[in-house]
Amino acid sequence: MSTEMIVPVDRETVAALSRSKNEPAWLAELRVQALEKAAELNLPIVEKTKIDRWNLQAYGTPTSVNAVTAWNEVPAFIREVFEDEAADLNNVVVQHNSGAVYSQLQEDLKQQGVIFTDLETAVREHEALVKEYLFQAVAYDEHRIAAIHAALWNGGVFLYVPKNVEVSVPLQALFGHDNASATFAPHVLIVADSNSRVNYVDNFISAEMSEASVINGVVEVFVKSGAQVNYASIHHMGAQAADISYRRAHVENDGRIEWVVGEMHNGNAVSETTSILKGNGSTSDAKIICVGNGEQKLNITTKAVHFGKSSDSQMITRAVMREQASSIINGITKIEKGATKANGEQTERVLMLSPKARGDANPILLIDEDDVTAGHAASAGQVNQEQVFYMMSRGIKREDAEKLIIRGFLDPVVTELPNEELQTLLRRYIERKLGQ
Amino acid sequence: MATQFVIDGLKATIEGKEILKGINLEMKGGEVHAIMGPNGTGKSTLASALMGHPKYEVTDGKVTLDGEDVLEMEVDERARAGLFLAMQYPSEIAGVTNSDFLRSAINARRGEGNEISLIKFIRQMEGKMKELEMNQEFAHRYLNEGFSGGEKKRNEILQMMLLDPKIVVLDEIDSGLDIDALRIVANGVNAMRSEERGFLIITHYQRLLNYITPDYVHVMMQGRIVKSGGPELAQRLEAEGYDWIKEELGIEDETVGQDE
Repeated sequence: MSTEMIVPVDRETVAALSRSKNEPAWLAELRVQALEKAAELNLPIVEKTKIDRWNLQAYGTPTSVNAVTAWNEVPAFIREVFEDEAADLNNVVVQHNSGAVYSQLQEDLKQQGVIFTDLETAVREHEALVKEYLFQAVAYDEHRIAAIHAALWNGGVFLYVPKNVEVSVPLQALFGHDNASATFAPHVLIVADSNSRVNYVDNFISAEMSEASVINGVVEVFVKSGAQVNYASIHHMGAQAADISYRRAHVENDGRIEWVVGEMHNGNAVSETTSILKGNGSTSDAKIICVGNGEQKLNITTKAVHFGKSSDSQMITRAVMREQASSIINGITKIEKGATKANGEQTERVLMLSPKARGDANPILLIDEDDVTAGHAASAGQVNQEQVFYMMSRGIKREDAEKLIIRGFLDPVVTELPNEELQTLLRRYIERKLGQ
Repeated sequence: MATQFVIDGLKATIEGKEILKGINLEMKGGEVHAIMGPNGTGKSTLASALMGHPKYEVTDGKVTLDGEDVLEMEVDERARAGLFLAMQYPSEIAGVTNSDFLRSAINARRGEGNEISLIKFIRQMEGKMKELEMNQEFAHRYLNEGFSGGEKKRNEILQMMLLDPKIVVLDEIDSGLDIDALRIVANGVNAMRSEERGFLIITHYQRLLNYITPDYVHVMMQGRIVKSGGPELAQRLEAEGYDWIKEELGIEDETVGQDE
């Protein structure tokens, strides 16, 4: 089988991509090496989901973009994420199709040494820093999709927060795709140095496109000792797009990662969110909600891997499936030998709103140390009729009662988002996906 | 027109087993009726069947509220017609705040285009919460989630007060209440007594009736009302228990549908 058949991109395209972005030699080599590796590697193992049957060929080709200097020149479908005029546009990075087009960071944060820009620019301007971390959390040769990502990644974000710096305002990235034949593979790299704190949010959006596409995104977060990163992500793209997202954080001593993920995508998706708790006293909290409709197939995994003593992980996933949508919800708590006093708690709940909707909740505990505590709870079912009766007994119509219950099922995660605008946005997507 | 609530020959089954074997009861606005009886005699089933709980199937009889056929109505229609059931075990609903729930319920009653203004709603809710000595934070907590037994019961009474129903059924509202909570709940009920409103109080302890004086007391056994009287009947039950009634009526096992 030729390379092109497995990996729908050729070597020359990748080399040309590096040249067009003036990349340093090590990175150009890495891309080509990853491409070659991709042909040898298998697809990732995704529990109970046959991704080999998905259309994972439609990567498109890297297409050049026009950078803009003012927010109002950003394509409208991206700007519309913020319907609210009051949205904070001072700290935002925008990617349109295959590259970054706009980037802003408020002056006082720059003064404090915060770096917030697209990853392509960061490679040029902060090469040593990027090189130290790039592909250290998600290795380029982990599986075929990671390798293709390493060969093709574009735009993305680089966020660096220096020691002891606390960024209180959320830093926002917008990744927009409206050309199915343009490669769209954002790479997010975040480094929070010791005792720093930062809130980061990204939105994946697309115009409705009739052609198939693959969105292959990777997120790497490095949380140094005592630092905290709050990461929120909302995905809402067209039904023809397959969205494959690997998010992974490395957390050192007493560091903390908080994930809030809204999987509001309209097409098939594989979403994996992992916290590697390397340090003693490191903690993670992952909250994920997901609404599936139409014929969507979703595979949502949250994972915590404990190496550090007294490390703690909390994971909550809530999914609502309607129409013919199906979902596999995996929660994996892995506690390594030596991670004494570690604690891991996970909950997966799936609400099915139609007889043809499917949802599997799979809690998995893999524990190699005796001196730990861990717990899990999982359920998959329909709207609780006792709750519906209770609400109806107060005069609320069945339809409205169910609506309140479904919203209520998701709301505890929605309210975790760092500001009103994002909560409103996520609620809007939820309503849209619920067909209300 | 004074409220008229009539239960006529009501029979109901759960999973094919008959629990209510023909209940007859007439209530008018302004009256307080108590239904007493040992556990397992069908009291709570009566409450649930009146409200239309899907687990119970009404097999015979008629229930009317001001002449309207209640049994023909959906659960929400019964509520909007003026029936209210304070439940023994109210549901916990995460993600829905108490105040959102209350406002939805009030608005469902008022109808589209006639929604209560937010300010007015908050003023009403806070006023009633004060009467019930409820912490204002309960407005923003998720509906009944993590509430203690007593807090849930107060929350039921809060809903009753805000929804202003015509017929109130209190199902074991006194169970799990300490004496202070009992007094508060009873005060809430007494404050709501009026000529337009009837109360049906289901309990197996007489102590609630020390706070809320009933006009009529009915005793339920074997899925039927077997004895009715005035408040003195409750006093006698408190003093002597139920055995004398069983003897009088030749009942050996007062329960119903407990054969498994």
